[in-house]
Amino acid sequence: MRVNFTVNGRQQEADDVWEGESLLYVLRERLGLPGSKNACEQGECGSCTVRLDGVPVCSCLVAAGQVEGRDVVTVEGLADFAKQREEHGHGGACGSGGSAGGCGAKGGVTLDAAKRWQARPGDSQTGEGVELSAIQQAFIDAGAVQCGFCTPGLLVQADALLEENSSPSDQDIREALSGNLCRCTGYEKILDAVRLAAARQSEAV
Amino acid sequence: MAQNTRTVPAGTPTNVTQKHAKGGIGESTLRPDGTLKVTGEFAYSSDMWHEDMLWGQTLRSTVAHAEIVSIDISEALALPGVYSILTYDDLPAEMKNYGLEIQDTPVLANGRVRHHGEPVALVAADHPETARRAAAKIKIDYRELPLVTDEASALAEGAPLIHEGRDDHHIGHVPHPNIVHRQPIIRGDVAEARKRADVIVEGEYVFGMQDQAFLGPESGLAVPSEDGGVDLYVATQWLHSDLKQIAPVLGLPEEKVRMTLSGVGGAFGGREDISMQIHACLLALATNKPVKIVYNRFESFFGHVHRHPAKLHYEHGATKDGKLTHMKCRIVLDGGAYASASPAVVGNASSLSVGPYVIEDVDIEAIALYTNNPPCGAMRGFGAVQACFAYEAQMDKLAAKLGMDPVEFRQLNAMEMGTIMPTGQVVDSPAPVAELLRRVKARPLPPERQWETAGEGADVRALPGGLSNTTHGEGVVRGVGYAVGIKNVGFSEGFDDHSTARVRLEVINGEPVAMVHTAMAEVGQGGVTVHAQIARTELGVTQVTIHPADTQVGSAGSTSASRQTYMTGGAVKNTCEHVREALLEMGRRKNGSYHPAWAHAELLLEGGKVVTDGGEVLADIADILEGEAIDLELEFRHRPTVPFDLVTGQGDGHVQYTFAAHRAVVEVDTELGLVKVVELATAQDVGKALNMLSVVGQIQGGTIQGLGVAIMEEIIVDPKTAKVRNPSFTDYLIPTILDTPTIPVDVLELADPNAPYGLRGMGEAPTLSSTPAVLAAIRQATGLELNKTPIRPEALTGTL
Repeated sequence: MRVNFTVNGRQQEADDVWEGESLLYVLRERLGLPGSKNACEQGECGSCTVRLDGVPVCSCLVAAGQVEGRDVVTVEGLADFAKQREEHGHGGACGSGGSAGGCGAKGGVTLDAAKRWQARPGDSQTGEGVELSAIQQAFIDAGAVQCGFCTPGLLVQADALLEENSSPSDQDIREALSGNLCRCTGYEKILDAVRLAAARQSEAV
Repeated sequence: MAQNTRTVPAGTPTNVTQKHAKGGIGESTLRPDGTLKVTGEFAYSSDMWHEDMLWGQTLRSTVAHAEIVSIDISEALALPGVYSILTYDDLPAEMKNYGLEIQDTPVLANGRVRHHGEPVALVAADHPETARRAAAKIKIDYRELPLVTDEASALAEGAPLIHEGRDDHHIGHVPHPNIVHRQPIIRGDVAEARKRADVIVEGEYVFGMQDQAFLGPESGLAVPSEDGGVDLYVATQWLHSDLKQIAPVLGLPEEKVRMTLSGVGGAFGGREDISMQIHACLLALATNKPVKIVYNRFESFFGHVHRHPAKLHYEHGATKDGKLTHMKCRIVLDGGAYASASPAVVGNASSLSVGPYVIEDVDIEAIALYTNNPPCGAMRGFGAVQACFAYEAQMDKLAAKLGMDPVEFRQLNAMEMGTIMPTGQVVDSPAPVAELLRRVKARPLPPERQWETAGEGADVRALPGGLSNTTHGEGVVRGVGYAVGIKNVGFSEGFDDHSTARVRLEVINGEPVAMVHTAMAEVGQGGVTVHAQIARTELGVTQVTIHPADTQVGSAGSTSASRQTYMTGGAVKNTCEHVREALLEMGRRKNGSYHPAWAHAELLLEGGKVVTDGGEVLADIADILEGEAIDLELEFRHRPTVPFDLVTGQGDGHVQYTFAAHRAVVEVDTELGLVKVVELATAQDVGKALNMLSVVGQIQGGTIQGLGVAIMEEIIVDPKTAKVRNPSFTDYLIPTILDTPTIPVDVLELADPNAPYGLRGMGEAPTLSSTPAVLAAIRQATGLELNKTPIRPEALTGTL
């Protein structure tokens, strides 16, 4: 089958998709977006977390056919997604006010807003000159990245948390990230990173 | 947050001749791969893609011990999209086995399977699902054989031999062919010392099978080349060890198997053995197409060795004033169907079984069994982890029996520099065991009833049971426990442990640039960060590039045994020193006559320049090089060790020792048997922290793997069938961020004069004492004996 959907602001068309393929498989193997990781394929580890119409989901549990006509944000598009949210205030009410308000449980970005931004290519060799979102920079600065396999999923999830709650307590962070397994860090530096990103964002406001 | 403690009680100054460099050692520089990892651009082994690529799939045995009566691949081969199916009969070379130390592991089963999940056949197809379906259509007729699952069944009269006709170098000294290796250690006179004991405690301890559970499953891409060889991109811990095992079974010379390290999604010992490497190469060579194999989580549980489960029997004695008199122990490790790292695990378990304590009279025996259980091998802290769990329980029992404080009792018996190990080896660098314990004990405890929030009642997230909302504090009891451990660093027992570094210094765009090329597997630990720091310090340059790790440079040894910063870090330092010397020689030749300092002063490299000790600039590095490059590749070795005597266990078998202590604070719901670890404070000596951010990250990560095996993690093998019952993240639980406490870290830096920069290998030590500290805290809260880890709710509620 053919699946049409938007990924990181770009219209995509995946052909010859077998009905049993997951969104994760289509992203990784058909669209050349391997940033979302496959670590358990049963929704336990969160490494494949993407936003589907704004909602963080495990893309391994979403059948590819289900995303027809919908909007997906992956870690590859996270920096631009966050930037456009900041510039245009999409989801900003949630981000700055800390209130779930109209954003509800869906993590806060409307489909329209999600569709209006575009990903830009970076330097894939060294990563130099790449513009990062607050949460991405904080993960590097706080030492929250070791092997990095859990990192893409955690970033997408943590970014969604900060969008909804700009000053989460430690227990809020733990609860929000409890669906994302990390085996390297013991999570302390991931907590540090989320606190750091939250602090930097509140300074910037 | 971490405390970087620089006021230290003792130790030798670290040996840095170069002055401080920006971005050099000692700074918490950030990972060079950080940006790629946070943008999703970093290429892990599972992300590789090639035009025309096929997908490989392994078919694994569904039973643990059986004869293979027949294999029928016809239906599978007829499936559209299937390119190749391989079984034992298709193996191309005379060599059909591989193994780290003993080549006892068949590439594909040869008429017999010895454990659940053993590879029997391989499929290559154009879609992973096609490959999976084809594998499912292969018909195998098994005739099941009697099982060996524990010591009794392994050594029973008439027990089936797991490996018949053994000819490895351990068979001569083991009492039974189902024992891989046996290491006794006898020192002093236990019978005599026992008479001095006022109290004696005994214990039987059981340690469960732990999985490394790295997040990036085994994967890689094999690309056939025109010369009949193969290029392999793979996630591993040791490229050259893989190469040595891969080339012979492919029937290729090593130079025709070119290996490049791909992004590695964690390791923790689980990638020290071969997994899909040979299989992908076989399929690539058979189909003449690139073949990618990616295990899913289910297969990953069968695709690598686990931590040895162990039964440990200990006896300790002490005088009434609290001095240990003697120790007897017997440690039985289950190595499973193939040897893997079992011999080294036996060596560690026996030689470190006494713990970081002074006991002059000991009688120690450790063995590893061959059974039909899953193969076990390397995992963070191997051998030492199991022993620490048991001897620390013994220390608490002794302290209780003597009516002493458990920390004071440990401090009274703590080893220090100069202590003689049970192997006769003198500990010749700082061993601050008592100090580490003092530090974790001195730390203020987290507040009682820490789950209470201002005016809002209980935050259930801080209570046992968490968001299941099972208690608001009723029935919850706090416990506090302590433990300390000792681990060896590097490869021991006479192994020629070395590493290689190539360093190239040249001028690019007018700037001196150092390139560091090693085969070190970066598995997340941050070795690449540290290599760049070392090059900046030793060569006084700002720009350092890290060449991808491959087999075009000499071996770096394994990323295991807490050894890489010591060994490959040491190799980078060593080669840099030689490059520096070569540059200064070049400078003397060219400029020597212009300034007398060239001949006399001790010259340093700083900020891209050659300077005198007093800071006077003599020349720019760029001007000396003048378009030339200095390019050196050198090997580095740690001081030699010797094998332990096979009868007495005596010998200077270890390179370096490393120590950590933990204090665990837990809240236990005594009605439901649920545990919440509230804090796991730790103190560790690292000799010299080359990168404090990375050091603390390692300590915290290791600590939580220890917590995991204390209360959650165990591969459950059905004793009736020897089959694995929980090969998934739904059934094998690793700690989430909600299960994890705060982890305050206290780092000491007491230099080891024998090691580069005085550093002490540090990756494994935190995994040792974390588990027994948590157990001790639960024991204190519940009053239960708890001799088995992990602790399950049934064990706490008496419903077991």
